[in-house]
Amino acid sequence: MTGRTSDSDHYVLDVNGEPREVTDSWLGESLLDVLRDRLGLVGTKGACEQGECGSCSVLLDGVLVCSCLVMAASTVGQPIVTIEGVAPVDAPSDVQQAFVDAGAVQCGFCTPGLVMAVHDLLERSATPSDTQIREELAGNVCRCTGYGRIIDAVQQVALARREPPQAGGGR
Amino acid sequence: MPVHLPDTVDAAVDALASDHSATILAGGTDLMVEVNDGHRRPERSVVVVNRIPELRSWRRDPIAATVTIGAAVSHREIETGPLADLLPALAEAARTVGSPQIRNAGTLGGNLGTCSPAGDGLPVLSALDATVELASSSGRRTLPVDEFMLGVKRTALAPGEMIVSITVPVVEGWQGYAKVGVRNAMVIAVASACVVLDRSSERVAVALGSVGPTILRCPEAEQHLASTIDWRNFGVSSDELATFGELVSRASRPITDHRSTAEYRRHAVGVLARRLVRRASSNELAA
Repeated sequence: MTGRTSDSDHYVLDVNGEPREVTDSWLGESLLDVLRDRLGLVGTKGACEQGECGSCSVLLDGVLVCSCLVMAASTVGQPIVTIEGVAPVDAPSDVQQAFVDAGAVQCGFCTPGLVMAVHDLLERSATPSDTQIREELAGNVCRCTGYGRIIDAVQQVALARREPPQAGGGR
Repeated sequence: MPVHLPDTVDAAVDALASDHSATILAGGTDLMVEVNDGHRRPERSVVVVNRIPELRSWRRDPIAATVTIGAAVSHREIETGPLADLLPALAEAARTVGSPQIRNAGTLGGNLGTCSPAGDGLPVLSALDATVELASSSGRRTLPVDEFMLGVKRTALAPGEMIVSITVPVVEGWQGYAKVGVRNAMVIAVASACVVLDRSSERVAVALGSVGPTILRCPEAEQHLASTIDWRNFGVSSDELATFGELVSRASRPITDHRSTAEYRRHAVGVLARRLVRRASSNELAA
């Protein structure tokens, strides 16, 4: 047989650039549950568990997916990036800082998923229109903000990446 | 318990042959919802098919005028790039599937394997007379897509068999897909329709989703439109278009469920089909 076979209850995942051993997993367990409950990476949130809310978004092999709909054991050998891998706790990414500056965070539950989605969006499209932002973020549900300030945050990052602030000019 | 990650079709069908209860996993966007809800649990083994290069790629055959799409090609890839130019109705359908996250993971083969009456790609495959290539340890076979889809989440897939690819004819003319749901994004179709106007053979194809146990074609409506449409510019009189819409509605076999009523669905597919034909003619006038 060509290809590989992993054992559903014992495997190693490549999470945020580090090999992470998973033991006692059950066949069919989602990547979301493995990240949170077995690896302690609780930045990724779980809510609907049916791909409707986007709060569990991660990058798998460079592609934005809902980790609740990914079978963890099927990702052996593929790089996974979670919100913990985006930036260190004390040095937020430009997207994270823009969410704070724009007031795009209220209860914060949807924020990690949105930050993952916005990083992905801006990688593919440096100058998105508001409509494009709404379409690209359609899979991330926020029940607090009404989305206006989230869109402001995305546009702030897009602008800052095009026109980096001058040295000494302040924030 | 084994999770197989084969990189060839041969290796995948070997794994399926060794355990007929094996669960086939592609993008996971349907299967994992059932697993998370506790409605389904893989029993002994899982065969992951979305790392097989043959299933991840597509190719065009200019002589046969077809495009063959590997079963694990994502909706996202169909929605954008060269595939969208070759198969615009399939791209429109792909664009309406779930969210970007779902379209990144979900595959055309998975859409077909799940065989929900609301599967967005399916009316397009039916209207374009696509064929499905299946593989098992005893070899390969090809079926018309309408013979593959048997009913609500029922297909002609035999134990130990998997979907390898879908071959779709490239049509000269116009094609479009439309659906209605409770909102624009992230919605499961309450009713959907695909219309194909094949100018070279002067043939009309109409296929409906979410209004029957599986995708339905509308032979009477197709014949009526083919004999009344102006094939030069896709113009059609409002009376003939109304009759066409009636015939489409009559071909539907909807039920009332938690998403909508049979009456609304019957009405909506007629409206969608008429709207698509109008779109084809206004597109021609603009060109």
